[in-house]
Amino acid sequence: MKEEERDNYYVQGLAVPETPEPGAEPKPWSKTAIVGQARPRVDAYERVSGTAIYPSDYTFANMLYGAILRCPHPHARVKKIDISGARQIDGVHGVLADTTTGGDIRWPYVMQWPYEAEKISKLFDSHCRFEGDAVAAVAAATPCQAMDGVRAIKVDYEVLPFVADERQALKPDAAKVHDDSNQVNKQTYSRGNVEQGFGEADVVLEKTFRTACELHTPLELHGCVANWDGDRLTIWESTQGVYAIQSKVAELLGLPLSKVRVIGHYLGGAFGSKLQPGKYTVIAALLARQTGRPVKLFLAREETFLVVGNRPPANMTIKAGIKKDGTLTALEFTGIATGGAYPAGGMTLLDWLVRDLYTCPHVKTETTDAYINGGPARPFRAPGHPQCSWALEQIIDDLAVAIGMDPVELRFKNIPTVSQGREGTPPYTTTGLEECITKGAEAFGWQQARQRTAAGRKEKGHLKRGVGMGSCVWFAGGGGPPSTMIVKLFSDGSVNLNMGASDIGTGTKTIMAMVVAEELGIKPEMIQIEHGDTGTTQYATSSGGSKTVPTEAPTVRSATIEVKRQLLSMAAVDLAADPADLRYNGQYIEVAGAGSRKIKITDITKLKKRGVVVGVGYRGPNPENKVINPFGAQFCEVEVNIKTGEVRIVRFLGAHESGRVMNRLTFDNQVFGGITMGIGLGMTEFRVLDTNRTGKMVNRNWHDYKLPTALDVPADMISIAIEMPDSEANNTGA
Amino acid sequence: MEKKEKHKGCQCDCGFTRRGFLSSMGAGAVALAASGKIVTPAAAAGVKAPMDSLSIQLMINGRSQRLLVEPRWSLLYVLREHLGLTGVKIGCERGECGACTVLINDIPRYGCLTLAVEAEGSKITTLEGLMQGEDLGPVQQAFVEKDAFQCGYCTPGQIMAVEGLLRAKPRPSVAEIQREVSGNLCRCGAYVNIFKAADRAAELKRS
Ligand code: FES
Ligand code: FES
Repeated sequence: MKEEERDNYYVQGLAVPETPEPGAEPKPWSKTAIVGQARPRVDAYERVSGTAIYPSDYTFANMLYGAILRCPHPHARVKKIDISGARQIDGVHGVLADTTTGGDIRWPYVMQWPYEAEKISKLFDSHCRFEGDAVAAVAAATPCQAMDGVRAIKVDYEVLPFVADERQALKPDAAKVHDDSNQVNKQTYSRGNVEQGFGEADVVLEKTFRTACELHTPLELHGCVANWDGDRLTIWESTQGVYAIQSKVAELLGLPLSKVRVIGHYLGGAFGSKLQPGKYTVIAALLARQTGRPVKLFLAREETFLVVGNRPPANMTIKAGIKKDGTLTALEFTGIATGGAYPAGGMTLLDWLVRDLYTCPHVKTETTDAYINGGPARPFRAPGHPQCSWALEQIIDDLAVAIGMDPVELRFKNIPTVSQGREGTPPYTTTGLEECITKGAEAFGWQQARQRTAAGRKEKGHLKRGVGMGSCVWFAGGGGPPSTMIVKLFSDGSVNLNMGASDIGTGTKTIMAMVVAEELGIKPEMIQIEHGDTGTTQYATSSGGSKTVPTEAPTVRSATIEVKRQLLSMAAVDLAADPADLRYNGQYIEVAGAGSRKIKITDITKLKKRGVVVGVGYRGPNPENKVINPFGAQFCEVEVNIKTGEVRIVRFLGAHESGRVMNRLTFDNQVFGGITMGIGLGMTEFRVLDTNRTGKMVNRNWHDYKLPTALDVPADMISIAIEMPDSEANNTGA
Repeated sequence: MEKKEKHKGCQCDCGFTRRGFLSSMGAGAVALAASGKIVTPAAAAGVKAPMDSLSIQLMINGRSQRLLVEPRWSLLYVLREHLGLTGVKIGCERGECGACTVLINDIPRYGCLTLAVEAEGSKITTLEGLMQGEDLGPVQQAFVEKDAFQCGYCTPGQIMAVEGLLRAKPRPSVAEIQREVSGNLCRCGAYVNIFKAADRAAELKRS
């Protein structure tokens, strides 16, 4: 290897960020060398070569496969269960049910926010309140044998009356999901006086909208591999957060945290549905304990449509008032949603965009969560937001038509600078909505496209085009404590980064490596990352809610700065200088103003002796009374076949203000992914429950539940990054 | 799903047809339904019961491999769980997602809809078979450059679909690329970058 190739550093006389005095907060980066580039991922090789071992890829020589027997009815009581048949099946090693030793475990459903609610169920509850709830489980030598075993269990069900539609659930004669009311919770919000606002309006419109229930269905199935060494449990789980799995499993099984190790190095998609363990996690652990063997339990695809969460369906009525000049005067919103058979926040944030997205003095909302006999909801990519967007953005467009104003201009007229929906209307650190709309419209060629498509619609032919746009804000996205990270610098200057957070496909690992590289001046390839393991990495909250980078990046920056501080004080001994007079400069540490007095990092005596420098970083607090939210505006052109109704999306553009863009490649990829999933919700995806006859889901597979395919998205997709310097959000501006 | 449909009852020499697949599945279903307990169908007919095991020889990534399998085992299951080829992913086991895509005689096929016994005599290529030692093949390299994935779980299948396309058609148009990967779902929605990667891969393969 040539000398320069072996060199760990990218800096060639370039200054790396200054090291702040101990205890002082680092200054925001002004110009960056690595952060912000479009860099392929640090784990790309693993992901395209097949060497990335996802939890579902693990195999052990003596491993068994688990399978779960599920209730086929939306509402039923298990009268009798006979598991003896399963035990006789070839290859079956273990059977678990409420009646077997160790199978009697409680399963609480708890909501703390936006409302408090709790229902205690069981791992195997004889009262099955949704189709697919677990009744028993089997572990066998092969997956086929496990299924044979499940089929050999005999269950006598008493089928109970059900309700499978949230609107019917709230009627007095509806079947009851629990003993008490089907209304889980109702919340109201109000500011100003909507009656007065509607009085001031020139135009008032009212409309009702519905969005169907959407299923996450990430490509990797939900599940885990569980193994015991005596009283110590190890779980390889497909998860967004190993620590969240650890704490719940430890609690349910009554184990200390130190005895439960959860590992989740990769995961094949989640979108909010893998923030928590499933019953399958605990079942796998119990089967492993019963059989004394590792047990792999991944759900079948059909099961993932029933029991691992969804974006709740929403029924929304919205009334809006506007003046002729485009000033919104009042918004009134009612929403009914369902989180399924247990408290799961069915209407969480359903009204948020109405409260916060556009300037409006008079707003009133009411949201209701209802129980139905359906699988419990889980968070799904901005809970509540896409549903509300569907209603709000359409009524805004209708208002624009009613007053004869361009929809872009109308939105532009109502841009907030403070978060109106929150107590005390705190300001945002940055409000990029205006730039998103203007720069997006410009890049899209909105004006021209509107005129062109309008003219085209007057011509003959059955293919007509149109353009549309919408804007958005996301309720969270600023991240925050807690997070702890460790950066280790080895004697040759290469680095190990140790973080608990998962990389759910957003490029977290790559971005963290870039932050370390930025601060130390070393090449990102020189950084090895250890992550997602409760046994070897530090506590982190789950990756989700667009908060991972703003939570973890400042933490890793602090840890890296700590490494630099230690190097400075070590070098001070060699250089016989005061650490405060030294500058870290990448390869070298030099005495400020006396460039000739310097020492190579790898020559520092103490580093050579110790072999490692360890820096620990903690996530500091967010600014008080400020709100850190990302904004966006999206534009698209569609072609409609007016004979068949078929819609083809011709092109799409997203302009997003998401704080500092840390890696342009992964940023754009996220935008494209969001657009694609939005196309799914808007055009192809909807759960169908047989609400009248059986209450069962009739499209629980990808053949009947349509995800957008490569043929449903336009190849012409553009992502525009709106970057606004944000020195308040955190020390990286991310 | 168009791509896979195309091979329905195909006349190519891939050695098995959808009809053959269905009838062997049918035998299993009948045997199970008869008593709930597995029965061995008339041995005279030479039909194997789903739980019998038989020895087969598979040609995987250029190497021949002898295996003991049950007739009901899918090629996907055998490659992943028995041979540790984790570049063959499992997404649905019902021919809907393409995570399990492998090349069978150079044509992209769903490993979950192919029984291991039926793959005997065919040339099977998995993601691992595209590696050149520790180095990435051109399609893999293109996926890295264009960031054509997020979680990476559909990626092996997407890469195999693109590899199959390029083996048959070295200069595909964007529309052809879209159609050829349309049997491979990407829930993360990295399609646009997958199109770019396929285009880049074609370029890399030519150079
Ligand atoms: S696993 Fe084979 S197509 Fe989904
Ligand atoms: S990259 Fe996640 S499913 Fe395609």
